[in-house]
Amino acid sequence: MTTIVTRTPAAPKEVVKDASMLKQKQMMAAHYDRLTSAPDTGEKVAATFVPGNLNELMMCFGLVNNLPEVNAIQNGLRRTSGAFVLEAEKIGHSEDVCTYVKSDIGMMAKGNVAPNGKKFPNPDVLLLSYTGCFTFMKWFELLREQYQCETIMLHTPYMGDGKITPNMIEYMVKQLKDEVIPKLERISGVKFDIDRLREYLKKSVKAEDDLVWVLQTAKNKPSPIDAYFGGIYYIGPIFGAFRGTDDAIEYYRFLREEVADRLANGQGPVTPDGDMGKEKYRLVVEGPPNYTNFRQFWKMFYDEGAVVVASSYTKVGGVYDFGFRHDPDRPLETLAEYCLGVYTNRSLPMRIDMLCNYVNDYDADGLLINSIKSCNSFSAGQLLIMREVEKRTGKPGAFVESDLVDPRYFSAANIKNRLESYFQMIEQKRAGARAAAA
Amino acid sequence: MTSATGGIVNRATQLFEDLAFTAPRAWKAAEPGRKVVGYLPIYVPRELIHAAGMLPLGIVGGGDQLEVIHGDAYYQSYICRIPRSTVELGVSGRLDFVDGMLFPSICDVIRNLSGMWRMMFPNVYVRYFDVPQNYRDDIGGNYYVNELAELRHDLGELRGKPITDDELRQSIAAYNENRRLVRQLYAFRAERPWQAPAAEVYLVVRAGLVLPVEAHSAMLRDYLAAARTEERPRRDNCRIVLTGAFCEQPPLNLIKSLELAGCYVVDDDLLLITRWLTSDVPTEGDPLRNLAAAFLHHSESTAAKYEPDLKEKGQHLVRAVRRSGAEGVIFAAPSFCDPALLDRPMLQHVLKDAGIPFIAFKYAENSGQMQPIREQAGTFADSIKLWSGT
Repeated sequence: MTTIVTRTPAAPKEVVKDASMLKQKQMMAAHYDRLTSAPDTGEKVAATFVPGNLNELMMCFGLVNNLPEVNAIQNGLRRTSGAFVLEAEKIGHSEDVCTYVKSDIGMMAKGNVAPNGKKFPNPDVLLLSYTGCFTFMKWFELLREQYQCETIMLHTPYMGDGKITPNMIEYMVKQLKDEVIPKLERISGVKFDIDRLREYLKKSVKAEDDLVWVLQTAKNKPSPIDAYFGGIYYIGPIFGAFRGTDDAIEYYRFLREEVADRLANGQGPVTPDGDMGKEKYRLVVEGPPNYTNFRQFWKMFYDEGAVVVASSYTKVGGVYDFGFRHDPDRPLETLAEYCLGVYTNRSLPMRIDMLCNYVNDYDADGLLINSIKSCNSFSAGQLLIMREVEKRTGKPGAFVESDLVDPRYFSAANIKNRLESYFQMIEQKRAGARAAAA
Repeated sequence: MTSATGGIVNRATQLFEDLAFTAPRAWKAAEPGRKVVGYLPIYVPRELIHAAGMLPLGIVGGGDQLEVIHGDAYYQSYICRIPRSTVELGVSGRLDFVDGMLFPSICDVIRNLSGMWRMMFPNVYVRYFDVPQNYRDDIGGNYYVNELAELRHDLGELRGKPITDDELRQSIAAYNENRRLVRQLYAFRAERPWQAPAAEVYLVVRAGLVLPVEAHSAMLRDYLAAARTEERPRRDNCRIVLTGAFCEQPPLNLIKSLELAGCYVVDDDLLLITRWLTSDVPTEGDPLRNLAAAFLHHSESTAAKYEPDLKEKGQHLVRAVRRSGAEGVIFAAPSFCDPALLDRPMLQHVLKDAGIPFIAFKYAENSGQMQPIREQAGTFADSIKLWSGT
């Protein structure tokens, strides 16, 4: 995910700010090299998903983590996903279903080439962390058919009632103890060491603390970060293959220092075109971004002085900003709580509460929803979410539509028109408030 | 319709077409304190609702006769039809007599609808009913027993009195009988599909979504007896299994069109709840354990359920073809139905390996144009006859 940001440093200070970017780039490159070298090094590969990923546990078995969603994102950013989606549809996959899945299937059909130009190895195991998205289950059934490899199911119950119950925790811990861990031991040939897990979890907490600190700096005016477009880079290491590693700790330390510096200097976010100009609009965004036109999409915001101060998508691999941290003293229970708490595993009322909280706490001008055609987990119910958040916060909402990695569903003119109308609506609302106050 | 089956089918048709839910309303009004609990596809343990003295009410969308006005304001164009017509039923007051709603674990859309319902109808008991995707008794089984216990507790609260084990056992017996009758009907249709047309079987089975189980069992018995004695002309149709229609229902005309086009439907996954548990649930012992064991080890396979064994994937469909003597499979999935459409390529690979021909199309519950489907099904029927050499 680091490949798209190619900001040229303009001053010595900028070089310092680039440290986290360079670090992430180096981490990702090393990870893909490790992954594609696995057939030579003999390392075992486990594919798994971002929401509910058990990186610390997988590291206990020396497994190299491959995340199909991240591969699809990479292909979206590189504009290769469109051809992969078409390839999958050609071989029988419906035009109606998730384009992450089709990008992945199409990529496999076209040689399964990683961002470093080398072939992805076949996974030794599919760790199906079935968390917050029904499509995950079908996705790994499809991959299992392709790779003919062992699949381990970890079922995370949905928080339909808005709470985590002891029954849910017990169910998940039992699955971890009696199914997931014994199978990972057998596949990896490594015996499980719970103290090793504890050590990784301790490291996770450090990175989680720094990530939350960074995200919450957006409460300041101007916000020193963009918590959606920029936030997607910030979550990369912790949502991916690095939670629980020294690399992640170092990355988030660099990031924190850089953002602290921007904050101290009263600077706004960094964009692909350099520092953002004057902050005019503060938005909360719900839903994933479009990746095929990511930069163009972002530009529509920063050209208008709009900064995203909080987003739900940056909570899809873990919600940390309401206090949750991995707890090394309860290693399996904490993994269960982590999975249960990810954003898309939360009930609709919980999601609305979170978004209202963001609009209020971050003093946003309103909620913008980017509704994704092929992601029902996010999209089903978003119109009600928008109306409810508007009602509760008194701030206007707006709705745009696109897709994750299918370029056919990105209509730049439509989105730009809607955004411009939305910004005008915010201006009118402000004028109305000023008039009422006068 | 004056035939032996005619009266029964007429009654079932009235129930099917009645978007005001007159029959369940009348059931509720007949005695003070009665309650109705709705549920969406695919499966909820109706025994618990029945044991609380309540009427389980199956909600499978609004069909092709409901004009959706409000429901479309809640959903984007790329989301299937069933949630929007269900919202329409709710917002228009057609479900204002319903005291509780269960939203089973089936897909992200129905899952999220559970939260929407909770917000839109705060006075209604709403529960997202999760089921295990782990099938070990000591893992998924324990989890499921506890989920059942919570539901049992909640329903007991709703009626003001806890549900006893004996009440549950009686309800299990009533639903065992109902499922046996549905299985008999399906077996009869597979044997003599011209005697039990698919549309009739659908209507008679669907009546079970709005009738008390005892009344529905009586209807099934009557229909079976009548269908057995009534001679009807046998067409030169091929025999197919219809699959993918386990949630949003196809229009009745679609089911009729398949047979008119030359395809006898000898098995299907419509209204799967009526035969979800594939064998009787024991009426002795711990009723919740028994229901859990039945779910884990004796329940239908469908796209919403994880199949842990790669070799088993799709075999339920092959078995359905063999069991019913079908010659092919028609995949009919609702537009934008993630589980059915994501599952379809895998099932098709299994059928291909088994040498079973298939076709696929999509529908919506309000699809109006049947001509393309009729043409596709007709061509499929013709090709089956040509391939099979008959």
